[in-house]
This record gives sequence, C-alpha cells and structure tokens, in this order.
Amino acid sequence: MHEMSLAESALQIIKDAAHTQGFKRVKKVWLEIGQLSCVEKEAMRFCFDTVVKDSIADGAQLEIIETAGQGRCTHCGSETRIATLYEACPQCGSYGMQVIAGDAMRVKELEVE
Amino acid sequence: MCTTCGCGSNEVLIRGRRHAGKADAHVRFRPHAAEAAARNGEATRVIRLEQDILARNNSVADQNRLLFSANGVLALNLVSSPGSGKTTLLVRTLEALKGKFPLAVIEGDQQTDNDAERIRATGIEAIQINTGKGCHLDAQMIERALPQMALPQNGMLFIENVGNLVCPAAFDLGEAAKVVVLSVTEGEDKPLKYPDMFRAARLMLMNKCDLLPYLAFDVALAEEYARRVNPDIRIIRISATGGEGMAEWLAWLAAEQQICA
Repeated sequence: MHEMSLAESALQIIKDAAHTQGFKRVKKVWLEIGQLSCVEKEAMRFCFDTVVKDSIADGAQLEIIETAGQGRCTHCGSETRIATLYEACPQCGSYGMQVIAGDAMRVKELEVE
Repeated sequence: MCTTCGCGSNEVLIRGRRHAGKADAHVRFRPHAAEAAARNGEATRVIRLEQDILARNNSVADQNRLLFSANGVLALNLVSSPGSGKTTLLVRTLEALKGKFPLAVIEGDQQTDNDAERIRATGIEAIQINTGKGCHLDAQMIERALPQMALPQNGMLFIENVGNLVCPAAFDLGEAAKVVVLSVTEGEDKPLKYPDMFRAARLMLMNKCDLLPYLAFDVALAEEYARRVNPDIRIIRISATGGEGMAEWLAWLAAEQQICA
C-alpha cells in the first residue's frame, strides 16, 4: 500500500513547514488528490491517521479535495474530462489522451496553531 | 513499522543492514504543551503550502539520474506482478551481456536475499534491498544503496523492483526507463486493470511466450490494451527460457546504453 509512503511524505512536508513557519499543532490538513493520481482516497485516510499518531498533526482533520481528470487528445487536440487513463477521445475515437490535469497529489493548506 | 510515527523507514535493509534514520525524524509531539498554548489565546491560522507529495522522492531521483548520467550508466527499473519471470529474465539477460558491458543489479524484495543470490550466481554484483513491509522501492533507498556498489560505468544497472503492479508506478528512482514485464500466464486486461504502471513504462516485455500454445491468452488483445493506456509503449514478445525475442531485447538495451554513454 503505497499510500503509507505518500502519507509519510505528506507528514514530512508538514514537519518541514512547522520548522520554517513556527507552528506547534496542526488542526486540519487539506490534501489535493487528482482522480487520475494513483491514490485510493480511503487508503490515504487510513494511512494518514496512522502515520500522524504522536506527531505534530496527531488528531488533525483530513480534508481530501478531489480534482477531476482532464485530457487532451494527441490526435485531434480536443480537451475533455476523463476518469481513467485508457479512455478514447469522444471526438475522434483514438486512444492516448495526454493527461493535462487531475494527476496531482499535493499538501495544499494547513490550519495550524 | 516504526512505533513512533508509523513509518516503515526502520524496516528497510540494504545488504541485510538496517539504515539509521535521521535523528529528527521522529520528534514526539507533546499535546499538553500545545493545548496550554491554545488556552493562552494562541489563534489558529491557515497556511498555504501547495507542495507535491512526491517532490522529495523526485528530487532524490533527479540526483540519482545525474549520477547515472555522469557515469554513462543506463539504469532501468524492472516492474511486474510477482511471478512474471523478472528474475529469470534478468539472469538470462546478464548471461548474454556479461563481458560486453559492465553490469550491476539492485534487487528489491520485502524479505529474503534469494533473488540477489540468483543474480550473484551469474558472477554479476547484486545488492539486495529488503523493504520490510514496504511495497515498492523509492529513490532514497537507491541513493543509499549506490555508494555500496561499484557503478557499472558505461554499462547497465538493472533495478528489479518489488513484484507489484500498483505501488512502484508512482516512484521515480532516477531510471532512464521503466520496463514492465507481463507474462502470458496472467490476464490480457492487466494493462487496463493497472493502467498507472503501463502508462509509466516505456517498454513492455511479454514474457513466457513459449507457453502460448498451451494457453488461451490473446496476445493481440493484451497489446491493444497496453497501447490504449500508453500508445507509445514498445512491446517485445519474449521467452526468457526459450530464447524467443531475446535478441530484440538485447538490441534495445544496447541502443539505450548508447544514448546514455
């Protein structure tokens, strides 16, 4: 379950921010998870709650902001919403949509004190 | 798993030895101090970070890539499900390339040194990384393993990832390319079921092709599915034990090495 490593990386970003921005406790974490990223939302919730135990973000509320997948057809250039990596272009029917949005995994914002 | 923060870092073994984590990695939080601060009127605030969760892995991967490039090393990340025949394929590949190129191998498995032993039997240096409960290799594991081996200058480094079609897809190790192995004893629709991996790979080796006469596996359909996910993927039908397709694979390797040299 790679969500465990990703949750650890998110926690590291939070710890680094605590160091540079001088906060002592994290109350809420907003994660942006693209629909086309390789993250399972519920697994991420479970892993996040596990890795933050006894850390600065222990008990922090996790808000996951899901962003929609967006693709551009490499043949006809049309842009459309896509939910998977293997969808055909609705305009010309060819495969190979280039992902232009919805594959990000970011720590967006923190509510801290 | 680490009992302080739940991370798995203290389970990673390189050549059977535990890696010492950073001393500041597990600073225990003292909730009472924070509660006291809150009671004293310390207000909450929202801070904007917008930081990529994979940024740290990717920056270490870039450093690994620079090191490979400075030494003319073609580094490949071999990924597949467990049991696709990656290690047998690797052993046959090393036997064919031995004496022609400097070679080295990094083996990733949750437990055991078995695969590295199989590689060492060919006379090629192999480092075993045991990820413990971890399901994939990451760039930092490779960074820590590299100083423990002689880099195969102007040659090839094969990194055999943990057998898993899901997790290794997201983690750049600094390789020139991911090579995905799909064996014909699996389902044709694996590329659709695990699209991230087939999207991330530049080459797909369709392994165990010598077994095709005994199976109902539809090769053309599997290739079509792989190209739906990744239209640019190169596909080689191969049999590590029978030898079919080995020449094409070895030619691909030599051409890729030329680009890195």
